[in-house]
Amino acid sequence: MSTTKPIIELRDVRKSFGAFEALKGINAVINEGEFFSLLGPSGCGKTTLLRMIAGFEPPTAGDISIDGKSMDGIAANARPTNMVFQSYAIFPHLSVADNVGYGLKTKKLPKADIKREVDGALAMVDLVGYGDRGAHELSGGQRQRVALARALVMRPKVILLDEPLSALDKKLRDQMQFELRELQKSLGITFILVTHDQEEALIMSDRIAVMFEGEIAQLATPEELYRRPATQRVASFIGVMNFLEAKLESSSDQGVTLDIAALGNVTLPYQAVPQGMNPAQIAKVGIRPEMLTLLFDPTDKAENEVQAEVVSSDYYGDMTYYSVSLPNQKDPVIISMRNTAGRSIAAPGSPVRVGWGVESVVLFE
Amino acid sequence: MKRGTAPNWLTIYAVAYMVFLYAPVVLLPLFAFNDATIIAFPLSGFTTEWFKVLWSTDALHSAVGNSAVVAFVTALVSTFLGACAARASSRYSFPAQKGITGFIMLPLVLPEIIVAVSLIVMLMQLGLSLSLLTVVAGHVLICTPFSIAILSSAFAGLDQSLEEASFDLGESRWGTFRRVTLPLVMPGVISSLLICFTISLDEFIIAFFLTGTDATLPVYIWSQLRFPTKLPSVMALGTILLALSVGLLLLAEWFRRRAVRRQGLDASSSEGLL
Ligand SMILES: Nc1ncnc2c1ncn2[C@@H]1O[C@H](COP(=O)(O)OP(=O)(O)OP(=O)(O)O)[C@@H](O)[C@H]1O
Ligand SMILES: [Mg+2]
Repeated sequence: MSTTKPIIELRDVRKSFGAFEALKGINAVINEGEFFSLLGPSGCGKTTLLRMIAGFEPPTAGDISIDGKSMDGIAANARPTNMVFQSYAIFPHLSVADNVGYGLKTKKLPKADIKREVDGALAMVDLVGYGDRGAHELSGGQRQRVALARALVMRPKVILLDEPLSALDKKLRDQMQFELRELQKSLGITFILVTHDQEEALIMSDRIAVMFEGEIAQLATPEELYRRPATQRVASFIGVMNFLEAKLESSSDQGVTLDIAALGNVTLPYQAVPQGMNPAQIAKVGIRPEMLTLLFDPTDKAENEVQAEVVSSDYYGDMTYYSVSLPNQKDPVIISMRNTAGRSIAAPGSPVRVGWGVESVVLFE
Repeated sequence: MKRGTAPNWLTIYAVAYMVFLYAPVVLLPLFAFNDATIIAFPLSGFTTEWFKVLWSTDALHSAVGNSAVVAFVTALVSTFLGACAARASSRYSFPAQKGITGFIMLPLVLPEIIVAVSLIVMLMQLGLSLSLLTVVAGHVLICTPFSIAILSSAFAGLDQSLEEASFDLGESRWGTFRRVTLPLVMPGVISSLLICFTISLDEFIIAFFLTGTDATLPVYIWSQLRFPTKLPSVMALGTILLALSVGLLLLAEWFRRRAVRRQGLDASSSEGLL
């Protein structure tokens, strides 16, 4: 990821199915060698966008260019992209080797070259010696690898993956997430991954486009997305976020002073206000559960404190999630605490002090 | 509980029904091997004489040849048309899709005599002379719906992403059809060929109306029924035809099941993962 040469440029890409607008003007630049994810709830248009990049469907309006060339009028079989399908689409009448070599055969490569390339690709996905197996003699994870090898062997500029891991069980999925990421890093090929699993996107991606209803709500690195979500919707889609009522009290040289109903007045530096946000429009602030602390010991200290009451607790082994009611706040907030030796769970109804820091506050309109 | 003791009326009905349905068919080989020119019980003795007579009848041979040509061409044309229609109705949606499909399937339930009469009226109006070609045309009309029915299930079971994957891997549309679509629907295609062949081979009414001077096998058989002495050899011929038809249908069913199995496996592998 040393280069930042754009490989895919999406300019105001739109797609309508009849009167229904599936994509409402997508703009994004994806860089060479990047692991890019399209993340969003079901029906937001992720697959539609991926299929248009692959060339299976033309956009209704807008332009898609790959490696500096507009893809307008260029069919899927002439694009430098290859797809890993959600169903894997392994050809059932062909062996593993013939599946992987399928695309090379269309290129009219000599048999010996095909065999060498296929063996190389199978080695890459850890399937050495599986070449003669039939498609039906494979487990889910192995099918996934064959589908990946079949795309890799073509040496495309971009590999498109539509929820490639959703069919696998949790353990295999975790392993494949890691392997996929390692493979992508070592090959340096651009990967575009479609997923509705925010955890998967956060773990694997260099950058993520969060989509809702055919629009990109935010395009950022995983860390930025988590720490600085642009909207309340993004914030609650990526992990858990506590929202608190707030309004602008005053502005000064030090920054903006907000009146947060549950926490009192607080002054934030101007850097905390996202670009393009008018401080007068601020309506809510957000704080992640792990950014709030319960101060159990009288000696525990925090930057700011507020008196509160435990409503309930959920024990997760390594963590406990507390529901805590803050003053002047209707819904209780969620606070996650790492469990340590010698500390018991606070009982419902017990009064606690809640500590928080100014840097953890995210502003929303 | 009761099954073993008291007679079950439903069982009796079923047995009677089967006897009624198949007894005449059983009579065919019975008299074909019977050593008497008169078709009546009791049977007098065993002979293969009637089959030997068939061997030396030239008119029969030309009828067999005509039927084979007609059935072969009909099977090819119907299956080709059926494949196109089945693919279109399983892949694309177009206006009035249901209505159009319904009209194509209509000959399946239309009385053959109606089809035959309307075809001959039309051919006369067009001033076309009757020949084996017109028989083929009529047979294609009645065979295509069967072909569509068989191939629709073959195409419907085909995962569309397989074709897309092939296209995505750089293959052309035609190459995709040849390397992916065709091998996967092949058992269905063979089954359709066999069934269309069998239907055309056995079909009488349309062939009778539309054939010119070249008789097909069923038409030839019918013409022989007027001569009582020929009856036993007609029985022998019928026996051969029966065996052939049953054999072809069994083969077709075997291919159809194989197609379902192939795709069932494919379908379960893509569904099972969801
Ligand atoms: N061929 C089509 N005809 C009509 N509507 C379509 C078609 N393809 C997709 N849509 C609609 O476009 C919207 C986006 O579909 P898409 O498949 O891109 O969603 P997605 O984000 O991939 O969802 P999922 O996570 O469920 O796969 C959906 O509302 C869907 O119903
Ligand atoms: Mg999708």
